[in-house]
Formats: sequence, structure tokens, C-alpha cells
Amino acid sequence: MERSKKSQIEKYQAGPRKGSAPKVQAGQKVSGARALMESIKLHGGEVVFGLPGGVMLPAYDVLYDDGGISHILVGHEQGGCHMADGFARATGKVGVCFATSGPGATNLVTGLCNAHMDSVPVVAVTGQVRTTVLGKDAFQEADITGITMPVTKHNYLVSDPNSIPRIIAEAFYIARTGRPGPVLVDIPMDVALAQIEYHPVTDVKIRSYNPEVPLRLDNLDEAARLIAEAKRGVIYVGQGAIISGAWREVRELARKTQFPTTTTLLAKGTMDETDPLSLGMLGMHGTAYANFAIRDCDLLIAVGARFDDRVTGKVDAWAPGAKIIHIDIDPAEIGKIYIPDVALNGDCREVLQALLPLVAERGPTEWNEQIERWKQEFPLWYPKGEDRVYPQAVCEELWNVTKGEAIVTTGVGQHQMWAAQFYRCKYPRTFITSGGLGTMGFGLPAAIGCAVGVPDRPVWCVDGDGSFIMTSEELMPAVQHRIPVKVAILNNFCLGMVRQWQSLFWDQRLSAIDLSYQPDFVKLAEAYGAVGMRVTRPEEIRPAIEKANEINDRPVVVDFHVVKDENVLPMIPAGQTIEQMMVEKPR
Amino acid sequence: MPVTKSSPQQNVGMQHTITVLVENKPGVLTRVAGLFARRGYNIESLAVSITEDPTVSRMTVVASGDAQALDQINKQLAKLIDVIHVADYTDMPMVERELALIKVNADTSVRGEVMQLVDIFRAKIIDISDKTFTIEVTGGVEKINAFEKMLEPYGIREMVRTGRIALVRGARTAAQT
Repeated sequence: MERSKKSQIEKYQAGPRKGSAPKVQAGQKVSGARALMESIKLHGGEVVFGLPGGVMLPAYDVLYDDGGISHILVGHEQGGCHMADGFARATGKVGVCFATSGPGATNLVTGLCNAHMDSVPVVAVTGQVRTTVLGKDAFQEADITGITMPVTKHNYLVSDPNSIPRIIAEAFYIARTGRPGPVLVDIPMDVALAQIEYHPVTDVKIRSYNPEVPLRLDNLDEAARLIAEAKRGVIYVGQGAIISGAWREVRELARKTQFPTTTTLLAKGTMDETDPLSLGMLGMHGTAYANFAIRDCDLLIAVGARFDDRVTGKVDAWAPGAKIIHIDIDPAEIGKIYIPDVALNGDCREVLQALLPLVAERGPTEWNEQIERWKQEFPLWYPKGEDRVYPQAVCEELWNVTKGEAIVTTGVGQHQMWAAQFYRCKYPRTFITSGGLGTMGFGLPAAIGCAVGVPDRPVWCVDGDGSFIMTSEELMPAVQHRIPVKVAILNNFCLGMVRQWQSLFWDQRLSAIDLSYQPDFVKLAEAYGAVGMRVTRPEEIRPAIEKANEINDRPVVVDFHVVKDENVLPMIPAGQTIEQMMVEKPR
Repeated sequence: MPVTKSSPQQNVGMQHTITVLVENKPGVLTRVAGLFARRGYNIESLAVSITEDPTVSRMTVVASGDAQALDQINKQLAKLIDVIHVADYTDMPMVERELALIKVNADTSVRGEVMQLVDIFRAKIIDISDKTFTIEVTGGVEKINAFEKMLEPYGIREMVRTGRIALVRGARTAAQT
């Protein structure tokens, strides 16, 4: 999929006099806040997800009549950060969110950590109390640069108003280059109010940050030799492949080598999951055949992946017979979990483009036949023909109806894994989920961010009842701005993944999982001005999805009452090996 | 090959002297120290100062751990935006020094003995009272440890050490290593 060209962000306005402010010229005297907004626009900021407050008012006053940038008022700052995150993942651009000082800023922390763990370019701007009272426990003062140091790629506390254009330029540059990540800029109110001469900064040079890794080609031949000698190769693709735009190269590598290819949760869509070479997702709830392939492979090509513990389980028993080629832009990832036989430190796309000419075309082998046998024997499976709504059926039907053309976001839990298993992606940047941090509540705000960034694709949030409850307030901005996101709640009236773990590993002692006192989600949706629907029978699944797809002027919440005691399988318990994999064969 | 992470207890073995050149900006020390804490590595000593370039600060960190753990910490340090350069001096010829100020009991009955020790260790008495000497000593870590041990019988009232600082031998500089 090419990124969406269309943009309808102009329709999201902060104030009624949008665009009436005269354009700022270089050298003009402006406030720090106006310099901030000019700089954000200069570096590609199109839309801000935010919530104002006392010390952030200088920036919001600029937003009142400034042109060229839109604003969406969120229900909660965490939602704003997730929206910026979803926007960034769906578009490949930098997402921007605003919050005021103190509680506004601390509400961003989960969103920033989420973006940090999943390498998402987000620029967060927070207001701060005046420098004259900073450090004196002023009202709504929080040391947000101190608090967010471990959960951002970098952060700034701005003390000189003249530095705002440079710092915003650096923030966008740091956020989107190298291994991307969130950057927070904290601006005290008096700094935002100070008058400065505005000079746009376009050329960023930071002596201590050089993200362009010079491509070292000296061990490419060794990588090519390992590929040529491998009898049972597997390509293991992580999100780095999406970030670097390497999906064509990944598919070409798979085609040339005929190596089966598996992706992590975050890299879904790098391969077309209907391609016979695709193994789907690997890891704890990955397909059995992906995990068998890892067990038996003699060569593992890791592309922009970081060997997360949800992928590997027990590290010393994972891929025991494999030589490893590790391609990654971040030198700290190479050798963090495994010491590779060949390390290719660089941008995934550049490395693959250099490597591909050295790789010979091969035909399918006995290895491909073995993979096919595993696929036949251990397909992803759930009971069919029963008079109950299986959560997997909802995900599968969503895929059938949208033909894999939608963007799917998720919360975190069982529904997330079922969506990953049964919604087979065709394109990168169409499966948007919280991988590293595992943030419940990510789905709806992320979906809103996706829909704002990519208005020409349907956006579905596959959510759980527990996850939906956490950020359902974001229906408000979605209704306000007529953002037609669709939420499919796989509602089992409990915290399903916790129930699964307690059932399997805690002797059925089901502790604190009951969500039977949840609100009526249909009424809740209607209370917000969204459309609410309920599905309780299998034959209603498809019509409900089709009906939701036809609604284009407001969000839709479909409350699927699903089988309560269903477990996500296959499952390799945490820290264990494939020998302990729980898997069901079709009955 | 999987990386086996040694526990913090096992990390006590091998000492590494890491030189970190950083931007001379507020908060940078917190970023560096926080990284060590977050990733589970102990700092045994840390010395920070400005350098020949006033925009650059220099941190000399002594940390312990196996080679792989330290390789990881060096890479993570290098990723911090304000870190200009990281150099692990462990396997390099270097000169290293530490300075200690020691306030030791020295009444008239033992003053002569303590002064002899000061002579032997090429230390300096920089303050004196009727009951104590305050002594300045510089040297390698082992020398200072030895001096401290020799003074212990007299009663050390107070001691402060700067932590290790180091330069690589020869004409090379940290930025070139």
C-alpha cells in the first residue's frame, strides 16, 4: 500500500477563526508560542492531538486562528498520545500531541512509553510553569523531563525562547530518524510568551547524534554465503522492516530464497499473509508452523527485529540449530539477546538492497514441503458450526468483509492475539497494535489517529471489553469530528487473557477478572452520539460488519458477545520452549 | 548464540573504565546515571568535569560486569542523544589517578609516625589541628587503598575520594579511541 495522498485534516479545527492569522515571515517578531507552531508546521506537523490547560494557553491562543495545522481536542491526554502514535504508524509521518503541565503531562507517560517501546516517531509538547517558579512546587508543576527521561528517545526543557525553532527542528529530526521514537519538549509559560525574532531552522546538525549509519558491506558476502548454504532458512521480520520501508525487499528476499517468512506482531503486513511463503506471526501465540520452522531452521535471517521474549520464549532453546544473520539499524540490538553469526548494522532497506543481488534464485525444496505439511496438520483453528459467537470468527469475518484492505488497530489481550491470527494483512502499516508495552486502551485512540492520517481506508479497532473501558472517552472527539472508526468489541465480560493465565497456570483461581458490571456498550456508544450495535448470534456477525462499514459520518461500536471461556491457542507459556506448546488440531 | 546475562552479584568481577564525552548541559548526568540504574548495572565510581572544550563534559565511569554486559551498556550510552563519544579504556594502556582527602587522628604521640607514612606515599598534609591531620594523596586506586589501610590503626575520622579519572597513554585522545 502506498501512503494515503488525501488529507482532510483541515476540517479539524481548534477555533472558529481558523486560518485568519497573517502568515509569519522570517525575521518577524513573534511569541515563542507562535514560533513553536510555525516550527511544527515547517517540519511536517499537520494535526495536533491535545488538551489545553493554564500554561499551555499561549500555544492554544495561536491555534485559535493559525492556518495550516489542525487540532483535535481529546478526552484524555493518554488518548491524545495514542492518537499521535496511531497517526504516525499508519502514515509514516511524525505524530504530534499537546498537553498542559503537571497532570496533563503525566497523563502522557503511558503513551510516550508505548511509542518508545515500539519505536514510533511522536513529538509531544507540554506546557510548564513559569521559569520564575520552576522548581518551587508551583501549581500543576511536574518535572516531566525528569519523569519521561527513560520513556522518550530524548526530551528538552526549553529555557531560551530563541531556541524554540531549533529545538522543534531537532525534536522532529530525532523522532523520525535512526531508530524512531518519541521526543518531548517542555516549554515554560513565560518562554512561550516571550517575543523573539522568528528564523526558521531547517538544517539540523547534532554533533552527538548521527543516525545515518554508514553501510558496512564487508560482511555481506558472508551473509550471502550462509543463505546459499542454508537448507532450511527462515526469514524473521520485525517492525524495523516497516519503518525503513523494506517490505518490497523482504518479499523479494522470500521469493528469491523460497524461505518461509514469519513476522512479529508489529511487522504484520510486511509479507502478504495469504502468500504461501508466509508463516504468519511467530512467538507465544504465533502459528504452530512458524514456531516449528524456527525450531528446525538452520538459518535465521532477522530483519529489523529485536528477539523479544514474547517471540523467543526460553532464549537458549530457541532456534537451537540456526545460524543467525541480524539486520538492524540499532547497534545496541545486535548482540543484545543473541550474538549473530553475521551482523549487518544498518537501515533494513539499504542492507537488503545491497544483499539481494548477491542472493541466487532458488526453487522450493523439501523444507517448503515440510512447512506445507505443518500448515495442513496445525492450521489456526476454532470450532465452527456452533450456535455461539467465537471471537476468532469475528476477526475472520472482518477479514472476509474488508478483504484485508482495512487498517486494524487493537487493544491488548486475547482479542489482540485473535486479530493478529485471523486478520491476515496484505500491506504494511495496516495492523496497528501495542507490542512492546502491551497498553490496554491503545486501540480506539490509535484508530482515530489512523483514520485522521489515512482517511481513505476503513479503520477497525478490534478491542476487548477491558481495553475499551480504559479509553472509551475518545468516542467524544471521534463523534465531534465525524471520524468513522469502527470498534469491534470482542466482549467476553471479563479480562480474558488474565482469565486464560489464571485458568492454565494459577489452578483456576480466577481473581479480579469479572467485568459483568460493565456499561451497556450499545447505550454508551449512543450516549456519545455514535452508532451502537450488538451481535449475539453467529449469523449476525457478517451483516453487522457490513452495516458498520457503510456508516461514514460517525464512529460505530459493535458489541460482539463472544464465547467467554475461549483460550488463545497455540500458546507457548512464558519463558518456555516449543516442547510446551499448547495447540489444538482441527476436530 | 544466546547472550547469557550474568546476575548483578556476578557482575562484581571485572572492572571497566569507561570515558563518556557528553554535551555540557543540565540533566545529562541524570541521563547517564539513569541508564546504568535502569539496565541494572552498578556504577562503582563516577567523576565528572569540564574539558578543554567548555561545551563538553567528561565522565569517567568505573563499572563492573562481563564483556558482553559492558558492550551493551556502551552501546546504550552511545544512543543517548547528548552523548558525544563513549570509549571503554579497559583493554587500553592508560594512566589513571584518584585523589583522596583523609582526616586522620594524629595527636602528638603518633604525629611522627603518620608523617613518615605521608612521606612514603608521597602524600601531603594540607591541614592540621591539635588532634588531626588532613592528608591529600593521589595515585592509582591500589596505592590509595594501601595508604588508607596504613592509616586505619590511627583512626580515620573522615575520608573523601574523587573516583577514578583516566587518560589513554600516548598522543591519542578519548575522541580518537
